[in-house]
Amino acid sequence: MIRASKKEKCTFHFHNTTVNIFVGLFLSVVFSNHTAKSKKTLAKPGVKNIVLVDGVRTPFLQSGTIYADLMPHDLARAALQGLLNRTGLPKDAVDYIVYGTVIQEVKTSNVAREAALGAGFSDKTPAHTVTMACISSNQAMTTAVGLIAAGQCDAVVAGGVEFMSDVPIRHSRRMRKTMLSLNKAKTLGARLSLLGSIRLAHLAPELPAVAEFSTAETMGHSADRLAAAFGVSRLEQDEFALRSHTLAKKAQDSGLLSDVISFKVPGKDIVSKDNGIRPSTMEQMAKLKPAFIKPHGTVTAANSSFLTDGASAVLIMSEEKALAMGYKPKAYLRDFVYVSQDPKDQLLLGPTYATPKVLEKSGLTLNDIDVFEFHEAFAGQIMANLKAMESDWFAQTYMGRKTKVGAPPMEKFNSWGGSLSLGHPFAATGCRLVTTVAHRLQKEGGQYGLVAACAAGGQGHAMVIEAYPQ
Amino acid sequence: IYEVKDNVAVVRINDPTSKVNTLSRHMQAEMVEVMNEIWGNAAVKSVVLISRKPGCFIAGADINMIQACKTAEEVTSLSQEGQKIFDQVEKSPIPIVAAINGSCLGGGLEFAIACQYRIATKSKKTILGTPEVMLGLLPGAGGTQRLPKMVGLPAAFDMMLTGKNIRPDKAKKMGLVHQLVDPLGPGLKSPEERTIEYLEEVAVDFAKGLAGKKVTVEKKKGLVQKIQDFVMGLPPVRKQIYKTVHSKVMKQSKGLYPAPLKIIECIQTGIEKGNAAGYLTESQNFGKLAMTSESRALIGLYHGQVTCKKNHFGKPERDVKKLAVLGAGLMGAGIAQVTIDKGVATILKDTTEEGLARGHQQVYKGLNDKTKKKSLTTFERDGIMSLLSGQLDYRDFENADMVIEAVFEDLSIKHKVVKEVEAVIPPHCIFATNTSALPIKDIAAASKRPEKVIGMHYFSPVDKMQLLEIITTNKTSKDTTASAVAVGLKQGKVIIVVGDGPGFYTTRCLAPMLAEAVRALQEGVGPKKLDSLTTGFGFPVGAATLADEVGIDVAAHVAEDLGKAFGTRFGGGNVEVLKMMVQKGFKGRKSGKGCYVYGAKSKEKKVNSGAEDILKSFKLTAPPAVSADEDIQYRLVSRFVNEAVLCLQEGILPDPVQGDIGAVFGLGFPPCLGGPFRFVDSHGADKLVQKMKRFEEAYGNQFTPCQLLLDHAKDSSKRFHK
Repeated sequence: MIRASKKEKCTFHFHNTTVNIFVGLFLSVVFSNHTAKSKKTLAKPGVKNIVLVDGVRTPFLQSGTIYADLMPHDLARAALQGLLNRTGLPKDAVDYIVYGTVIQEVKTSNVAREAALGAGFSDKTPAHTVTMACISSNQAMTTAVGLIAAGQCDAVVAGGVEFMSDVPIRHSRRMRKTMLSLNKAKTLGARLSLLGSIRLAHLAPELPAVAEFSTAETMGHSADRLAAAFGVSRLEQDEFALRSHTLAKKAQDSGLLSDVISFKVPGKDIVSKDNGIRPSTMEQMAKLKPAFIKPHGTVTAANSSFLTDGASAVLIMSEEKALAMGYKPKAYLRDFVYVSQDPKDQLLLGPTYATPKVLEKSGLTLNDIDVFEFHEAFAGQIMANLKAMESDWFAQTYMGRKTKVGAPPMEKFNSWGGSLSLGHPFAATGCRLVTTVAHRLQKEGGQYGLVAACAAGGQGHAMVIEAYPQ
Repeated sequence: IYEVKDNVAVVRINDPTSKVNTLSRHMQAEMVEVMNEIWGNAAVKSVVLISRKPGCFIAGADINMIQACKTAEEVTSLSQEGQKIFDQVEKSPIPIVAAINGSCLGGGLEFAIACQYRIATKSKKTILGTPEVMLGLLPGAGGTQRLPKMVGLPAAFDMMLTGKNIRPDKAKKMGLVHQLVDPLGPGLKSPEERTIEYLEEVAVDFAKGLAGKKVTVEKKKGLVQKIQDFVMGLPPVRKQIYKTVHSKVMKQSKGLYPAPLKIIECIQTGIEKGNAAGYLTESQNFGKLAMTSESRALIGLYHGQVTCKKNHFGKPERDVKKLAVLGAGLMGAGIAQVTIDKGVATILKDTTEEGLARGHQQVYKGLNDKTKKKSLTTFERDGIMSLLSGQLDYRDFENADMVIEAVFEDLSIKHKVVKEVEAVIPPHCIFATNTSALPIKDIAAASKRPEKVIGMHYFSPVDKMQLLEIITTNKTSKDTTASAVAVGLKQGKVIIVVGDGPGFYTTRCLAPMLAEAVRALQEGVGPKKLDSLTTGFGFPVGAATLADEVGIDVAAHVAEDLGKAFGTRFGGGNVEVLKMMVQKGFKGRKSGKGCYVYGAKSKEKKVNSGAEDILKSFKLTAPPAVSADEDIQYRLVSRFVNEAVLCLQEGILPDPVQGDIGAVFGLGFPPCLGGPFRFVDSHGADKLVQKMKRFEEAYGNQFTPCQLLLDHAKDSSKRFHK
């Protein structure tokens, strides 16, 4: 699986996780007893097998903490370097790099290229940046899949970065207009008259909002309405959030989060753990006031994902190439779909729409899936999706389907924590989901995994992942 | 009828006999019964009042109940019963929460503000208001007394004197409601159903909070509020406010509408002389107003409007999914705007790029102004604009279900257009013509399929004027009519369907009045005086200003055409006056000069001296016997009214209701008179005929009353409206 890394600092850590994974594999092979699948494999004749070789991520930290003084490409570089270290990949073996980001740092608008150059990739490797809100790195990965499937590339690095400790805050439109005109003003008089036109109000800055441009509604507000629409109670949400934190803590403590790399932050210590995992008690959570719909809403800081800094990266190859280079891939990346719906009232229902669609595409049923990894934007959003997936009425009325797809069994669902607890750096989450599915399939011994996520704009994504035969 | 949840009694209002809840006698009685039972139930600690109807809390009092009363005393006692019930609600020993989703108007709002707490959804359908003034009435169940205390004197005046609808956000800011609840999208039930359920859940929580004293009704007052309260506490300040409001009302209503003045009186009495006096004044004034002819007229218009918002021709065979408009002028662009606004794809075709660009900009501006008023988001605006296809050719006309032409008013041009269009449209496509005077059958003469030809006469500005006059020829098929009405209703119009003839109904009524206006001008009545005489009679726009708005060229055109068709009856003023004005470029507002000069910024309109010179050169001597102010008013109005009655007599008009609606909504006939037919009823046909006879002596046949009017004059039991 791993070409042993020869890098100094991280060796010990890597060996540790390697051991854990092998133990896990052994256990799952011995104990698991899986039911028969609708399909033995999702390999299709005449279609190239595309594999996930490995995936890593920086620790996900609450924004404004240890990463606070970095820039987005610094984090992205750390993830890319981590991937190189983990895989021992020769730098010039990568054909292409695709990277996702949501809130763009204007200085590094093609953050993929800036990060790749600094991470020591060959300057002959082209890189581009994609954006699709919280499924940006899913888009990066499927772009990679497309490049390989089309025969244009053999090895592509995909990933995503989000840096919420610093976001672009702009001058007001009026001020910008004045400043831009100032550049063109030729005479001193013209300049002075422009300067004289500046009013105090023009100096008020424009702050970016996590709000839909089309509806001007913040995502938390929409999540609260969604939860209410599906009758999700505050209690259910708090319980689910607590579950996420508890499972994440357990996973962290037992070393299951092996995709996390250690990162020496310039001027600070080495960071090697996510810092947002905080299992609380139901009593404490119940004390919080609603964050968006006041005073009667149900979405609180404790049952929402928090603003996070972090980056992730995966190495995707054609199976042939991976084998030729001596890799043992972790998983096959199979069918995927993107969906979109009403950004006002169905903003966060992407998983509900995407799940049945991708299952249909791959010829599987919900029962065939051993491992589910859904992006947890809000506990209320997850619970609403689960209820929607359980509803024949919803499937018939809004999705044009005959029956419901059914909700995933909880024992297979996000069992190593999720975005609520691990954190959610928007554009980095997709790779974490896919890598986690691969790791869980290895650890728990299943064959098929399913990733699903919602995203701003009322969009969604799902992908089926098949374990690589051991 | 009510359910107790956790010590909260939930009362769900639902009138099974109607689409909306109204405060009828029956509902009031039922309400009293339920409330008494709740007050007697020791297990109930608080109450939630909610409607089960998706778009309606309570839409107001039952108008028929008021109309059925014969005397002011009867109405006063109705009002007192309402006051008594709401007084009990206000003094309820346990808190009552009104949970409002949909319209909460009139008596509905009065009910809600008597409750201790109000929660409203932010749904687009949720509106709060006191529209009684628009029916010539006042809020007669405590509204004039409670509102000022709740939202302050200025806001209370504004609400009750304008009758405007208040949206939820504004209501929260004003202190009219305490909490807002967002409408929900799809869930495990339909959005409408679940939103009401959610509102109820939230309201029950608040009711529990109120009962347990965890929620307080009083909200902290800001500094501005405190200052305002202090200032309003000073009697001289209040006195000044009453005075200002009174003079503003007098200026705007010319004293023709009694309701606003009575509203001021009620509010003033309540504040200055205390509750008992206030409530008494309110109930007595309510009774008096209900008996006024103004209130009857306004209620008649309300009923008429409801009738004219229905399709009496059945469901058309096919829906119009794509409409094409020819001519991107003021009318064409306006028609396109109101069509795409309702989600129908529309082609806007013009012959020149400049014309098209102007029309396109007009549509954009119309929609963009709505985003400024926040009734539309920019995304909704963009989505609506995407339905508009501006073009210079006949591309895609093969998919059009209806074409409305709004090209220049010239028969030969219209004929050319008919032929061009019929060559490209599919067989089922309807050809509608937006003309203000040309007979439809003359236009249809060029058509290969006259059964598909119909007139659709819009009024300018199309996005503001509610009326649509549909004209059928004897060849127009019923399905074509049904389809035109369906399109008009979709565009949000109030519709009258009339027979074909020169000027149809509306233009035909307006033309003689304008001819009389020109005569008055020639006789030396200045434009300003003429305007004040007409607005003083209740017309919203003065006759001289109206001519400028319509366009002097259009007026000249129409006067000449109709003069030819109807002869000397349409005479009066000299058409040459108008023609001369057009020659000099005084075409009205659009050209910057007409009777008045339209400067960019000047507030006060100045009379156009060039027009005055023309009038002088056509000067007539005013016969003193018929030139008093009141005579001039009746000369104008009687010609309008006589022509309207003649339209009914000739069968151009199917009934008086549509005649009244067309005159008020399309031409601005004084709403307080309720339209020409109601005016004849209330004024007395005999009295009107007497006046006309006097005018006839001075001027001749322009004032000869038509037969139907004479019939009504002879027999006072004959009335247009029952």
